[in-house]
Amino acid sequence: MNNIIGLVNGGGVYLADDQWTFVDDEVWVTKSRPMILPLDQWQKLDESGTGVRSIHGVWLGPDDDPAVLGPISGELPIIALQFPSFRDGRAYSQANLLRTRYGFKGDLRAIGDVLRDQLALMRHCGFTSFAIRADKCVSDALKGFDGYDMIYARSATTPEPLYRRYNRGHQLATPTEEER
Amino acid sequence: MYNYDSYDRALVQARVHQFRDQVSRRVNGELSEEEFLPLRLQNGVYLQRHAYMLRVAIPYGTLSSDQLRTLALIADEYDRGYGHFSTRQNIQFNWIELEQVPDILQRLADNDMHAIQTSGNCVRNITTEAFAGVAEDELIDPRPLAEIMRQWSTVNPEFLFLPRKFKIAISSSESDRAAVRSHDIGLYLYSGDSGEMFLRVMVGGGLGRTPILNEIVREALPWQHLLTYVEAILRVYNRHGRRDNKYKARIKILVRALGVEAFAEEVEREWEQIRDGAAELTKEEYFRVARDFSAPDYEKVDAVDMDFGAWLARDSGFAIWVQNNTQAHKVKGYVSVVLSTKPGASAPPGDVTGDQMRSVAELADHYGFGEIRVAHEQNLVLPDIRKTDLYSLWRKLQELNLATPNIGLLTDVIACPGGDYCSLANTRSLPVARDIQQRFDDLDFLHDLGALSLNISGCMNACGHHHIGNIGILGVSKNGEEFFQITIGGAQGEDSSLGKVIGPAFKVEEVPDAIDRLLSTYLRYRELDEPFVETVRRLGIGPFKDEVYRKLQNHKELAQ
Repeated sequence: MNNIIGLVNGGGVYLADDQWTFVDDEVWVTKSRPMILPLDQWQKLDESGTGVRSIHGVWLGPDDDPAVLGPISGELPIIALQFPSFRDGRAYSQANLLRTRYGFKGDLRAIGDVLRDQLALMRHCGFTSFAIRADKCVSDALKGFDGYDMIYARSATTPEPLYRRYNRGHQLATPTEEER
Repeated sequence: MYNYDSYDRALVQARVHQFRDQVSRRVNGELSEEEFLPLRLQNGVYLQRHAYMLRVAIPYGTLSSDQLRTLALIADEYDRGYGHFSTRQNIQFNWIELEQVPDILQRLADNDMHAIQTSGNCVRNITTEAFAGVAEDELIDPRPLAEIMRQWSTVNPEFLFLPRKFKIAISSSESDRAAVRSHDIGLYLYSGDSGEMFLRVMVGGGLGRTPILNEIVREALPWQHLLTYVEAILRVYNRHGRRDNKYKARIKILVRALGVEAFAEEVEREWEQIRDGAAELTKEEYFRVARDFSAPDYEKVDAVDMDFGAWLARDSGFAIWVQNNTQAHKVKGYVSVVLSTKPGASAPPGDVTGDQMRSVAELADHYGFGEIRVAHEQNLVLPDIRKTDLYSLWRKLQELNLATPNIGLLTDVIACPGGDYCSLANTRSLPVARDIQQRFDDLDFLHDLGALSLNISGCMNACGHHHIGNIGILGVSKNGEEFFQITIGGAQGEDSSLGKVIGPAFKVEEVPDAIDRLLSTYLRYRELDEPFVETVRRLGIGPFKDEVYRKLQNHKELAQ
């Protein structure tokens, strides 16, 4: 059983029949099985002209520059970004750049140390699927999409900061004890 | 001050709800300590030596009287009756039960406060000087842009897992009182020739193990670009800052590794891509926020008040306090009053009891406009006091033990909580502070010494900002024994500099003597009213070092 969550209308849904195979070392790549390949392997295949772009996806490590995928991002079905630890925030910036600068419209997947309490942040930065860490429960992780999700700044999914999208300055009456 | 709107309120409420759930998942074991750690840090919860500590944000050091009452209530109900004001204008409660934190955060949220991002590897509380908006020498009120940055950085999803903590300060007065040069980003706000607001952006400052003052990355940045420029800096840092070594992860190391010019080029390249987009600030938003900081209804009072003048002449204790503990105000007839939290040996620097907080809130309502500031020197400030009220206010502050006339003097010691509380500290800084305050409690002597800052840090993390104290004391541990290293010549403000180590470290009981010898050297060599730090700059550390260690050598020989 895989541990993949996808976004449907902004909410998290368990993808039981996710088709992607994640590859982190040299394997025999066939066209019949869609894979998410390491960048160097993907580049080698691409250079050999095997039509890899429309079939296989690519994953980037946190040191990789997403700019290398800029010119071809329109052809890629999926890009995965790796969180070596959930405390390593580089993939948030990579995701944001792929969405806002390099025009990537396909599936953007978080892989690695992907945990419930960071999912809403990842969604903001443009991730659309999430490979939850193998020892964690998907139904628990799904709750990560329903909780706190308020920001002031803009994000990949909310291109305008709050002051441009919301008529600010309204005061609500302070809630009474009962209302709390 | 800034009034929360419905979105601000909903946000802090939702955040409490989220953290309550996270705490209960930690308590029942669903979350491991490793997974919980950054979550609790980003809600202000540290695990200290004996208990959890909660650090509450006081954005740019501004509190309403009701907010201060809320802090008093937290001190009394959830802690041991006091709180500790920190060098970043926050307040820390040192004896907290984890299970009670959600209830405390709820109290804060109900009073438009929070503890969000007061810790963790993210953008921390935005700070400015305690006299923002009222200082006579202020160019432009920095608070609206500080509040705009507070909002922008709060739960900004791209920048919550930076390589390391990230501190931003903004200042806009002749003399920088916000220590902007020792921040990751220091902003200086000023007017261009035709009155437009510009920012000087300085990056890469920080104390800690590798103290560095920040360097100018950009001049004359129009204010509308503040958020995009900070975003560009943070993106470069988030992507390229070191993550392999905690002690080399601050942005100062990246700036130094690349060189400030190459770093600035990288930032400019990133900024060019985003500068004219939706994140540019609007005049509407600036004025919406600035409206909340418009001046209160000051009375038209004469600059000269007869009663006030008479009391100055009659009561020398009052006159000394006025001279030391008040700050010129931009409105005539008013001053800002600094309440010293350093009475001497009776209380550690920055510690204020719940009762004192409630009384200060009353005074702020009665004499001022219900507002209190926290200075980064850990003192409290009543920003808007009529000169005519000063005498009666002084009498009340004396009863509260908040009227020690030592602001800016040797005993206005800045100190971290040290090994008595903090699990990072390897030495106890508070007893050193107490010994020094005890030794030099003669007010005439202190006033004769004049402006002199003394900062104490219990470890290399430098929370007591010892590098920028005129005299800095750093606790170091050798084979389990505490030693204290002394630096001199540090300074904050426009003329910032980092202190130099004078020589081998001292045992705790030797520190007051060493300070005494430094001071007598200063008194011997000073010219006219030259402040301590100027004498050190003029002479170098040589004469001070010679004096301190020569005598120490004699003592040792005598003892043998």
